[in-house]
Amino acid sequence: MTAVLTAIPTEGTSMSTHETGGRLNVPGTPIFDGQTSRRGLRLNKMLMSFRSADNRERFSADEAAYCAEFGLAPEQTQAVLDRDWTAMIDLGGSIFYVYKLAMMDGRSMQYLGGVFTGMTEEEFQAELRAGGRRDG
Amino acid sequence: MADVLWGLATSHVPSIGAAMDRGKTEDPNWKDLFDGYAPARAWLAEHRPDVAIVVYNDHANGLDLDIVPTFGIGTADSYPVADEGYGPRQVPDVIGDPELSLHLLESLVDEGFDLTVFQELEVDHGLTVPLSVWTPDPGDAWPCPVVPILVNVIQYPQPTAARCYALGQALGRAIRSYREDVTVGILGTGGMSHQLAGSRAGFINPEFDAMWLEKIQTDPAALAGLSREELIREAGSEGIELIMWLIMRGAMHEQVTKVHSHYFLPASNTAAGIALFDNRPA
Repeated sequence: MTAVLTAIPTEGTSMSTHETGGRLNVPGTPIFDGQTSRRGLRLNKMLMSFRSADNRERFSADEAAYCAEFGLAPEQTQAVLDRDWTAMIDLGGSIFYVYKLAMMDGRSMQYLGGVFTGMTEEEFQAELRAGGRRDG
Repeated sequence: MADVLWGLATSHVPSIGAAMDRGKTEDPNWKDLFDGYAPARAWLAEHRPDVAIVVYNDHANGLDLDIVPTFGIGTADSYPVADEGYGPRQVPDVIGDPELSLHLLESLVDEGFDLTVFQELEVDHGLTVPLSVWTPDPGDAWPCPVVPILVNVIQYPQPTAARCYALGQALGRAIRSYREDVTVGILGTGGMSHQLAGSRAGFINPEFDAMWLEKIQTDPAALAGLSREELIREAGSEGIELIMWLIMRGAMHEQVTKVHSHYFLPASNTAAGIALFDNRPA
């Protein structure tokens, strides 16, 4: 811990971190590292394709076929079809890419925050307006 | 000789742009944020630079994950505004300054910062929202040409805070060695504390942000000493993008004068900060 941080009052003990197998581990915090990105490459490429309206339409017409076209693993396809947002992150999705699918569904980042934390969108938003969450 | 006229550090949350685009700046959820921008905007309107450098990150719009450059620079004549999935923002395309871009690139490579070159680049909210924070009503054109500098803050390992600060210092030297006698505004974008995914989503750390807002002016070297792990733990997995403020700060003089700063939360899921510094000798 550097001096600049010890000057800040924190309740930090419950957020102690350590290296696990050479990978960064911060509780409750997905780290989008190289291994995660390798795992999620096909999924993220598909999500990136939603930048084009034509692709968004083709996906909506037959979601499973569109996933197959991009070579997603079966569990990634299932997570997409089920809108299992947590699984998409666990299977290598980057939040910025996963959010493109959420936007197509008319879902907000606060909705996703609620899903990740077991709250409704309104509860999650209320916590943010109250100053944000301090801990996982 | 060229030099930096001012530095503007600001969050680039997409909803800040959306609130402006949809006329919601007087909405109770947003008013305090935009009121907080007003003094900076007034000062900036009186201090228009010849060219601006925007240090930012793309969010799956101009770049995908096929190639993840740690640092990049645009060298184009212009940069179209990206369609992020719901149509492009209705703001002007960004005009470039390729001559300055190429000068900065050569100077930085000579100093050991091997930036990736973007001859074509669509720019997303990471770049256009800071321009809107500066200039809410640009009309047909932004106030001046822009040189984009890109930083990978999305995929670990992000560059270290120390490397970003050193890049900023080299960028300052590169600006001051430019043969044209131009004034430069530099924008460091992103932050402040926030985390979008995981069971810690919604994490915000006002104590850390207050410390950062103070030390970015008075002691940036201390911030440059923070590790990647410390930044992710204390500022959140997306809050680490604050490292881009250090590139801005590094390009400025050791002593800078604060014009204005403001802190607001939440802008969507994020603590939003603005800090404007005058780089001219006091």
